[in-house]
Amino acid sequence: MKIIIIGNGMVGYKFCEKLVERSPAAFDITVFGEELRPAYDRVHLSDYFIGKSGEDLHLNTEAWYAQNKITLHLGDPVTGINRPEKTITSFKGITLPYDVLVMATGSAAMVPPIHGVEKKGVFVYRTIEDLDLIRGYAKNAKKAAVLGGGLLGLEAAKAMLDLGIKKTHVIEFAPRLMPRQLDDIGAATLKNKLTALGLSIHTLKHTYQVLGEERVTGIQFADESELSVDMLVISTGIKARDELASQCGIETGARGGIVVNDQLQTSDPSVFAIGECAVHKDMIYGLVAPGYEMAEVLASHLCQAKAGGSRTGKKTFTGFDMSTKLKLVGTDVASFGDPFISTEKVRTILFEDKLNGIYKRLNISSDGKHLLGGILVGEASGYNMLLQQYKNKMLLPSNPEDLILMQRDDKKESSDSIASLPDDALICSCEGVTKDTICRSVSESGCETIDAIKKCTKAGTGCGGCVPMMKDLLVHTMKLNGKYIRNVLCEHFAYSRQELYDLIKIHGLKSFNEVLDRFGKGDGCELCKPPVSSILASLWNEMILKKGNDTAQDSNDRFLANIQKGGTYSVVPRIPGGEITPDKLIAIGGVAKKYNLYTKITGAQRIDLFGAHISDLPLIWEELIAAGFESGHAYGKALRTVKSCVGSTWCRFGLHDSVSYAIRIEERYRGLRAPHKLKSAVSGCIRECAEARSKDFGIIATEKGWNLFVCGNGGSKPQHAVLLASDIDSETCIKYIDRFLMFYITTADPLTRTAPWLNKMEGGIDYLRNVVVHDSLGMGVQWEKDMQLLVDSYSCEWKAAIENPEIRKRFNHFVNAPAQKDPAVQFDELRGQKKPASWNKITG
Amino acid sequence: MNNAEPVCAIERKNWFQACRVEDVVHNGGVCVKYGEQQIALFHFTRRKEWFAIQNECPHKMQMALSRGMIGTQQDEPKVACPFHKKTFSLVTGQCLSGDECAIETYPVKVENGHVYIFI
Repeated sequence: MKIIIIGNGMVGYKFCEKLVERSPAAFDITVFGEELRPAYDRVHLSDYFIGKSGEDLHLNTEAWYAQNKITLHLGDPVTGINRPEKTITSFKGITLPYDVLVMATGSAAMVPPIHGVEKKGVFVYRTIEDLDLIRGYAKNAKKAAVLGGGLLGLEAAKAMLDLGIKKTHVIEFAPRLMPRQLDDIGAATLKNKLTALGLSIHTLKHTYQVLGEERVTGIQFADESELSVDMLVISTGIKARDELASQCGIETGARGGIVVNDQLQTSDPSVFAIGECAVHKDMIYGLVAPGYEMAEVLASHLCQAKAGGSRTGKKTFTGFDMSTKLKLVGTDVASFGDPFISTEKVRTILFEDKLNGIYKRLNISSDGKHLLGGILVGEASGYNMLLQQYKNKMLLPSNPEDLILMQRDDKKESSDSIASLPDDALICSCEGVTKDTICRSVSESGCETIDAIKKCTKAGTGCGGCVPMMKDLLVHTMKLNGKYIRNVLCEHFAYSRQELYDLIKIHGLKSFNEVLDRFGKGDGCELCKPPVSSILASLWNEMILKKGNDTAQDSNDRFLANIQKGGTYSVVPRIPGGEITPDKLIAIGGVAKKYNLYTKITGAQRIDLFGAHISDLPLIWEELIAAGFESGHAYGKALRTVKSCVGSTWCRFGLHDSVSYAIRIEERYRGLRAPHKLKSAVSGCIRECAEARSKDFGIIATEKGWNLFVCGNGGSKPQHAVLLASDIDSETCIKYIDRFLMFYITTADPLTRTAPWLNKMEGGIDYLRNVVVHDSLGMGVQWEKDMQLLVDSYSCEWKAAIENPEIRKRFNHFVNAPAQKDPAVQFDELRGQKKPASWNKITG
Repeated sequence: MNNAEPVCAIERKNWFQACRVEDVVHNGGVCVKYGEQQIALFHFTRRKEWFAIQNECPHKMQMALSRGMIGTQQDEPKVACPFHKKTFSLVTGQCLSGDECAIETYPVKVENGHVYIFI
């Protein structure tokens, strides 16, 4: 069967794809395209202005057409159709016979009859060539106007902003923006948002003429007001490209468009029309999803006919939902179902937040059971679920307003609602992929990533709006199948941190290279090196810079100091419990003075010395160690500090000697490396001056002993520590901390602090208490032994570093000029101390 | 700013003797001084390969790449800046994480235990 397709736009291409997918090589396909490039993604056209190339936007390469035996004539529009002979003639003079002719001629920008639109500087916004012309002209333009405040017009306005035209006007004939999608309040909300971003919005403006001699200099409105602009982009709508059809006598609609029936057939039974050039039941669809649906219906119809089935196949085109969600200049806008209905049979829920520029409207049937449509402006994360509710006529919950009120911590809810969707719920409307298809790609085809699902089902490859829902479905389906969602380290290790910890322990491996050779592949990276090095340190507590492990450490660990702005380092000596003698204070002061370091008391009752050149680090530490200090491990994912209040020795409220206990704890766990940093504190009474409940493990004195709290966190998501055991003596407390820390170290994912580790633990604190206090896993004794081994093998790594000449020689900036410091390091002065010159000021 | 060839004041024409092989850490980098320029030199021992790039990370203009962790991404050797873990290909100099501008790369050779950078 010979098929000729006129037009190589998005829908024309999709039709080719669907044909060869269903029946490869069954048809003799020839495509004629007017533009010089193969079909490209017109939906994301404005990406062209933010760096994507024309090729990036191509839907497929020319080679693809060749591979699938599709003859592609680009830059050669069809100019004539001889229906009685069933042939076409192209602009370049090719004449070819057809059995089936498919018109996918698309649409053109509609240019309203305004005086002066032919002037230089007036553009339409439709093709890549249009965009090139706009970009060229925009270089010399300061003020621009976009005619049309609909979907496309606002896209064009965004493009103007992207091109750097700060003064961009949007002119709309109707009383509001996006009149087809939004009601008055929704449009006003959007207008406020866009105005805040620098767009000037003019509604109810009838453009009368374009001013200027040869070039546009301004526009004049019917009310005689004028606006001075350097360029004008017209984006007032589309008109179907039906001239070829009407020229050969095929029926066209009163307001344009090639008339088609439910099989997309025109008045000539051998000629079909799909996409924006077709008018179906008086409706022209200017969106890509309905066009793709037409392509699907026609492809299935032709394939059935080819296979000898009846010509009137099952699939028909019966209209299409025009629901849409998009991001306009950074603002979410969505509208679905019937956004406007307001008869007596409809109840409406409105939510307007003028503070944050959010407007939501739900139209609900009068019995309160079904969703009929709605509008979302400013915040549209609920769109996918609402659209599913509407399309699948799902019963609404008793408080439907919950659907649009901001969901906080909604993880559980959204996955629950995912489960309640029917199997045939359409998740990706661009590609027509259902929930069932996506779930089966996970459970039957083994897709375990979004990319894999995309490849397998094509879901999420159109506008991409359904990707968050695909993620939920992926996790949901994997859980249903009892699949453990493994957090593997990176491309070099197909193991989770916990698995790797066990493997390294069982096999007694001591270096990163051994671990990589044995259990990984390739050469490692910045994602796997730090966690593997951390595991090695947690297991064996060997000096971290030996056995070739130095370059497998995170950069701060490698130089045993924290890199700071400008490339110098900070030095934090350990001050256990925050207790320090005057002599030691003087020693720190002396070192700071000698090496010109900025000093500051840290949040953890220690003193930080900033601005040390890398080559000064060993010298600084030599002096600090001689004065009785040791490394504070501020650079490591390790135990940092055990903070304390002054306790019962001085304080009239103190119940126990919190300082002595804090020092004991800090000296026990100093240098202990873990998946993330560890902080602790001891308070001498319930007043809690040491803030122990914000720590990974915190101890608070009681009348009868100590209360032990675990898994607290400061940081970006503060969380109070929870009570693990109460009124325990000092020995029991340490025993429990041993077990708790070893459990954490053996099981947590990389860079997971104790608070999120507990949050993810099934059974939560009750389970943790069972494991640690009641020894439900029978690991108690083992963990105490493991911890004792680490405690006994502790040594100060800075002492080891300065005593080893091989390690010491790495602390130089230049390998070929060891005596010289980095000349790029520069300081300014602030309150009598130095500070690094700010980012970006220093030039190489 | 560093990927534009003509900005380089010194014409590229000779093999500069940077250091001895044993001066460079295994699977890591050192910083080489060449006049006013700083070059990060890496010995990727696992791959038996040498790489040289500019020492400055273009993200915040910090002289730090020589102290970064090296590794591979789909078998392409790369370095991660110690400051914000921006990664750059050691082969092409392209930024592999985000859109920082590309960095300069230089050929390296080893002869009689000496490491040379073509600059």
